[in-house]
Amino acid sequence: MTVEFILNKETITTDINPNIPLLDFIRDHQMLKGTKIGCREGDCGACTVLLGELKNNEVIYKTITSCLTPLGNVNGRHVVTIEGLSHPDNIIQLNMISTGATQCGFCTPGFVVSLTAAAINKQNPVESLDGNICRCTGYNSIKIASQLVFDQLQDTDNLLAKNIVPQYFANIPDRLGDIKFVKNTGTTIIGGGTDLYVQKQRVLLDKQLEFSTHNSDLRYIIPDKDSIRIGAGTTMSEFISNKHISELIDTEQLKLIASTPVRNIATIAGNLVNASPIGDFSVILLALNAKILITNSTKNREISLDEFFVSYKKINLQQDEMIIEIKIPKDTIKFNFEKVSKRMYLDIASVNSACAVYTENNIIRSIRISAGGVYEIPLLLRETAEYMIAKELNEKTFKEACSIAVKEIKPISDVRGSKEYKTLLLQQLIKAHLIQLEGQQ
Amino acid sequence: MKNIDSISHVSGKSVYVDDIPVLDNTLYALIVPATIAHGVLKKIEYTGDHSDFVRMITASDIPGENQIGSIIPDEELLSSQDIHFMGQAIAIIVAKSLNSAYMIRDEVHVEYDEYKAITDPRVAFNSGNIIGESRKFQCGDIVWADCDTIVSDRVDMGGQEHLYLETHGSYVIPTERGYKVISSTQSPSSVQKMIARVLGISMHLVEVDVNRLGGGFGGKEDQATPIACMAALAVNITDRPVKLILDRIDDLKMTGKRHPYSADYKIGMKSNKIIAYDVIFYQNAGASADLSPAVLERTLFHATNSYYIPNFKATAYSCRTNLPPNTAFRGFGGPQGMFVIEAAIDKLAEKSGIPAYVLQEANLMKNGDKFPYGQITDNLMLTDAWSKIKTIKNVYEEEIEQFNHNNKYFSKGMAIMPITFGISFTNTMMNQGSALVNIYQDGSIGLSTGAVEMGQGVNTRILQALISSFGVSADRVKMETTNTTRAINTSPSAASSTHDLNGWATLDACNQLIRRLEKLLIDEYQAGSVEFINNRVIFNDRSLSWDELIQFAFTKRVDLAAHGYYCTPDIYFDKEKEKGHPFAYYTTGVAIQMATVDIIRGTYKLDKIDIIHDSGRVMNSNLDRGQIEGALAQGLGWMLLEDLQYDDNGRLLSNALSTYKIPDINFMPDIKIEFIGANNPLGLMGSKSIGEPPLMYGIAGYFAVRNAMRNHKNIDMAYKTPLTPERILMGLFS
Repeated sequence: MTVEFILNKETITTDINPNIPLLDFIRDHQMLKGTKIGCREGDCGACTVLLGELKNNEVIYKTITSCLTPLGNVNGRHVVTIEGLSHPDNIIQLNMISTGATQCGFCTPGFVVSLTAAAINKQNPVESLDGNICRCTGYNSIKIASQLVFDQLQDTDNLLAKNIVPQYFANIPDRLGDIKFVKNTGTTIIGGGTDLYVQKQRVLLDKQLEFSTHNSDLRYIIPDKDSIRIGAGTTMSEFISNKHISELIDTEQLKLIASTPVRNIATIAGNLVNASPIGDFSVILLALNAKILITNSTKNREISLDEFFVSYKKINLQQDEMIIEIKIPKDTIKFNFEKVSKRMYLDIASVNSACAVYTENNIIRSIRISAGGVYEIPLLLRETAEYMIAKELNEKTFKEACSIAVKEIKPISDVRGSKEYKTLLLQQLIKAHLIQLEGQQ
Repeated sequence: MKNIDSISHVSGKSVYVDDIPVLDNTLYALIVPATIAHGVLKKIEYTGDHSDFVRMITASDIPGENQIGSIIPDEELLSSQDIHFMGQAIAIIVAKSLNSAYMIRDEVHVEYDEYKAITDPRVAFNSGNIIGESRKFQCGDIVWADCDTIVSDRVDMGGQEHLYLETHGSYVIPTERGYKVISSTQSPSSVQKMIARVLGISMHLVEVDVNRLGGGFGGKEDQATPIACMAALAVNITDRPVKLILDRIDDLKMTGKRHPYSADYKIGMKSNKIIAYDVIFYQNAGASADLSPAVLERTLFHATNSYYIPNFKATAYSCRTNLPPNTAFRGFGGPQGMFVIEAAIDKLAEKSGIPAYVLQEANLMKNGDKFPYGQITDNLMLTDAWSKIKTIKNVYEEEIEQFNHNNKYFSKGMAIMPITFGISFTNTMMNQGSALVNIYQDGSIGLSTGAVEMGQGVNTRILQALISSFGVSADRVKMETTNTTRAINTSPSAASSTHDLNGWATLDACNQLIRRLEKLLIDEYQAGSVEFINNRVIFNDRSLSWDELIQFAFTKRVDLAAHGYYCTPDIYFDKEKEKGHPFAYYTTGVAIQMATVDIIRGTYKLDKIDIIHDSGRVMNSNLDRGQIEGALAQGLGWMLLEDLQYDDNGRLLSNALSTYKIPDINFMPDIKIEFIGANNPLGLMGSKSIGEPPLMYGIAGYFAVRNAMRNHKNIDMAYKTPLTPERILMGLFS
């Protein structure tokens, strides 16, 4: 397939293997060495670049980890590296210099790119840096630089004037509009790539990948009468920032999941299909009683998400099938998500858990509690929930629930914690659910 | 002055090894790592027919010595037979492309006889696996009967991955003059020496060039050497340029870390004065000596941290296990020594009911006090820093009391951490530096030193010294790469001493040139006093621009290049007696840390830290703050977050950035720093070195969290790091 996109100022048309990571294309084929290789698993942010997508004649820019992004995924889009942003009067760069926010310099281009996206999208600058690791500075100087940038932006919306984006950005919407690209087909469907590309980029080189993130048919969040319908290609960021979703649950908690650049490309369906026993969205959607719509291009079927996870990494999905939609019922619920990991942000949980409850006069009428990291699949705690029905939402009920929950789980000891710890932690998270849910009354 | 590299850093133009455009005929090398931790290599072969395959290099291909041990010769470059750790290099694959090299490596067939691995230093000690001799520092006579309170306990400290963002790498090019080696190393001369040894050639045939490092932290002091040696070996065999870059997974798997330690101590006090301390350290050295004996020694130097303890005995063993050889990491054994004494004081406090800070203060080192190894302190700002921290402590205490009163599910605590860190390589011989100052005929200047820039800003500091000497502006000077043809026989950039050693050497060269220029002015103009300032030279009520002076000097045949040299005066150490004066001076300071523990979830938040730091006469506050904040992050990470795990077979479990977590922007507390300090005659421009010492402020993080737990309820929790959410929650419920 031919991939056509804009890299910084230049239109690129290439026939090379679209499966290679964007990072390698940038560094080895375009010789742009400012984007660095730190870990190749989306955990350091040294390879962060901007990805611009045309929507309603406007280009929306977001950060992505170029190590996890196949070249094919940037077809028809605008990729911006540090070389495409640098300017002697760029206030992000100037403030980073003046505060000493760079030491060895290896992570620095990634930080500049992330702060650029934050400036463009008027995002909290520190939040925008949740995917960037620096081993030298201790971050204080970076925080100060970020704050100075945002203070200096208070009086203007004109990023061109502050040299945060260069002049050539002005023509990008038109230029992207001119790119015609053909949807490709393949035997393996890939979403954002944030799971498949983790340390496995070489294994994927020979596969026939179908790049699905261009398929706008799969990227939507539409409220129906009874449920919210979410296209399978919807990214985590789109999910978290969606107003229909935030009417249903507190989306602030979801910022504990992955990092900004990973959420910007990772898809909800991808997180489900990955079938990690600790998958955050699996756990959340289990509690929300999500249904998934599966197709094999001739016929569709709908199943409940709790029927989807079969055994360790085994899912109820045939080779020729794909998820096309996720449906969350619009029930009146109180909802809470808990996640404990070694590091609070951008880490995989030791145990995570979600709880969705409907009460009348403080009596539990329906409740779903899910837990990750305590079983071979993301687990719905059925017996625990069953016990709690018709009981009061109080400490006594939750205490008893804990003792049932520990019988439903089979945690193993691994790098994320001993089984004794995970057993204790799940009970603590159930207690935390109660505290949080009581707070919502 | 801002870090002179920061402009190229923020624009992505700074060049690291992997960014250098390669020559057309470059080959790509990969290391084949052992997949067992202990055993014997029976067979290794590649029988595939990949078209890009060039060579598989094994131990028998080495033309010189298969030996890279720097302190003790106990480490092969490529295993000839014995396997000592998982990840040990057993062969090198050379291929025409990197991708092909990976595919070929996957098909290498290896057979072993596997033996049981040892990963625990105490198990190694009990089975007699000790590297070198045990070391013992001693002073006074311990009489337990004189003590009114005695406690004893065991302490265990985890290791720490360096996680320099730029992984190890080297690019070696064959030239008609030998080998040109581009390496991400803190120690160009070690690379040069070892390549010569491995290839069986003389050092002058090996030119090592270092532009900059994307972080080092000690991880590239000794362990960049084998990477460069392997690339050079591949060049020797193929006669083509070879690039060898470790990917993150290989880097984590193959290289050593900060040493995990286990320790037993017994400590006693009488009316708040510590009068007896007996401690035994078991260092987990990994599979070979590497720098472990030197690290072990520094543990002993810092075993009393900032406290005067009259009766003291410390014994230390470097225990050989089947982990990758552990190595230098910022602090170099000092943090482990300091953590144990702090744990001992914490336990004393718990038993006696006297707050730890009272005991810390009562035993704080004063100027004129003697360390157990004989050095008498002076120019310490410890008590000054302490009194400032005490004022802050009152504010902290009030906040904590109020918060804890009002919160059921969260508990706050705080801890104070003084530091006293000796500056110098404890191996006296290594305290030397050199510089080459070249003044071109147009007045511009090139400066080469033995210092390696790895983000610490050493080039900026040395440049500051040079321009203050010549009175020229910074734009007249280029900091050259670190190159073994311009700065020879250099010590590694380590031990917080790089800018002192190479900065003083630079000033030596500058002084020679100034004397020559002054002589010229006296000879030609009968100059009286001569002053170099603002790009001019002023004498006899007249002045010349610097450039005019240099052009004039050139026409008058004045030598405009000078080699400068420095070796630290008056330092020595007698290893027989374990006494001496090993350090040029001490860097000191005190920190107070506040933390909040989530009682339900077992998680914690580092609220804030206040640091009073003695930096001598601050020569660059921007760089000094950066060093303190960065070192603190690593110290806090080591204490609380960075969980290095091996299984019983010696396999690294935290083997990727998804499982090994270092501090991120949300982890760090709010940081306030105040500098105190006076002119330090042995420090560059009156300053005090700052690279390593502030790391140990991070120890306060451990005790702040522990105290937050203790403020909630009595706990009986082993002193074990890192203090992860798992240990916190289990500690709260034990």
